[in-house]
Amino acid sequence: MCDMEKPGRLGGFGPFRRAGLRFCILLAVGLFCLGPVLWQAVTSVKPDVDLVRLPPILPERATGLHYERVLLESPLVQSLVNSMVVAASATAVSIIVGSFCAFALARLPMAGKPVILGFVLATSMFPPIAVISPLYLLMRELGLRDTLVAVGLTHAVYALPLAVWLLTSFFRQLPSELYYAARVDGCTPLRALVTVILPLARPGLAVAALLVFIFSWNEFMFALTLTASDSTRTAPVAVALFPGLYEIPWGDLAAASLVVTLPVAGLAALFQRHIMTGLTAGSVKG
Amino acid sequence: MTPPRFTGTEGPTGLLRLSERGWGYLLAAPAFVLVGLLALAPIMAALWLSLHRRLPIFGVDEFVGAWNYLQLWSDDRFWAACRTTLYFTGLSVTAELLLGFGLAILLDSLTGGRDRSPRWAQVMIILPWAVPTVVSAQIWAWLYQPEYGLLNYLLLQAGVIDARIDWLADPDWAIHAAVVMDVWKTTPFAALLLLAGLKSVPQELYAAARVDGAGAWQRFRRITLPLLMPIVVIVLVFRTMDAVRVFDAVFVLTGGGPGNTTETLSIYAYKTLFQTLQFGYGSALATAIFVIVAALSSLYVLLLRRHLRESL
Repeated sequence: MCDMEKPGRLGGFGPFRRAGLRFCILLAVGLFCLGPVLWQAVTSVKPDVDLVRLPPILPERATGLHYERVLLESPLVQSLVNSMVVAASATAVSIIVGSFCAFALARLPMAGKPVILGFVLATSMFPPIAVISPLYLLMRELGLRDTLVAVGLTHAVYALPLAVWLLTSFFRQLPSELYYAARVDGCTPLRALVTVILPLARPGLAVAALLVFIFSWNEFMFALTLTASDSTRTAPVAVALFPGLYEIPWGDLAAASLVVTLPVAGLAALFQRHIMTGLTAGSVKG
Repeated sequence: MTPPRFTGTEGPTGLLRLSERGWGYLLAAPAFVLVGLLALAPIMAALWLSLHRRLPIFGVDEFVGAWNYLQLWSDDRFWAACRTTLYFTGLSVTAELLLGFGLAILLDSLTGGRDRSPRWAQVMIILPWAVPTVVSAQIWAWLYQPEYGLLNYLLLQAGVIDARIDWLADPDWAIHAAVVMDVWKTTPFAALLLLAGLKSVPQELYAAARVDGAGAWQRFRRITLPLLMPIVVIVLVFRTMDAVRVFDAVFVLTGGGPGNTTETLSIYAYKTLFQTLQFGYGSALATAIFVIVAALSSLYVLLLRRHLRESL
């Protein structure tokens, strides 16, 4: 709309009709992308009486009751804390372990690197359902069932291929002279990684960390299977098993949905450019 | 950034004397151990379990060889789940690719010659991608709600339908309702990848084609599509893998109902494992899914290699 003078690619119309057409298409796309979430936002502030009738689309007065109930009287806050702990530790573990492995793959001589990388890719394609029952039995044997450790560790491992893949490509972009210079100066490879490579690869690390965090925050099947009580459930599990005695409390559910989405949607909006870098690097190199 | 500290000649003993190659294996080891322990060992264990009849509640645990797989072959519910999964995958991946392409072209045209789309447009598009799948299932369950759901209301007002439809309880509609939700959630991923591809097409090619009198369709067909082929294949691979494994989206939206009409392979396996606690048979199901995914992905890898080689 802002560049009407330019020969647009929708060509063939007068400038005003073209702008109008563009506006309509954009509006449709916007409604498609944002509509469902906006409707959830409207629902979350509707008084209970307005939930069971349509019209009106918009309520005459908004209420904060659903948020109050969800945040003060339900285990949602606990599950948000759990999700935060799980996602943060999964991110830390997979970035630390992943950057070691990625560095070895990017800079050190190892036999069969393509095989290893292909293998990493293959692991990321494992259907979670294929490993879930032995994993469940294993965690039960280790006494880790229904603990955050079990969920965090599992998330870290299943995010590891993504982290390794991304970081390998980021490390390869750094000039290898930097590494050799550090080696000549007497650094061990580990020290060269920590003091030279990692500080330079900070943007790449941030991208990988962001994607792992979002993956872990949103993951459902492992979290559902490995937890069994309110004190360990993560946020998506809490939303999926939202308690409804006779009827689904749609207003509360809407409020809970938005609260759970807020952290990741915020991250995505703030770091949208980095996420795109990660998604394209992670897959185009695939 | 701190410069590497110069430590003079290196004279440490033991571990630090490792060769470069040795360091490589040492640094890669933690990742291998974790993946081996929590991904490879479970896969092997699942294979092993699938050769057993194991029902913990009855204390049954016996080796039965390929019996579970023979059962699987004659299990109608398994074949129905296969059909549902493939139908879901085919429909949603096709729609995502086409819509994603449209969206990417639209965003690209918004920016004219600049190499970045407006930030607000990208944020808007990335939002559905960031929404947790479980949340998106709940969002759509509310939209589909028969009496107070927005969808029925809008369609009634517009005169498209003349009676409320219970989308999730109708055997014909339910799977399509799940597809629409999946398309909403994942089209942004496709669009963003394709957009990145569009940005990398040199503008001079279009200009040259225009000089030669090529129309918009010809420019798309002869320039955009061939250059974007690698990305199209990648989108296909990633989306197909995710759709074949689909669990949370459909599980939360319909629970596999009504009457198992939306039961995908993962949901069937999950129910067998954790609701009826048949660990042996469930593992055979899970192994079958693994084989299907592996077969599909190796097929794609072959495709991908040819396309990547052509584009390089």
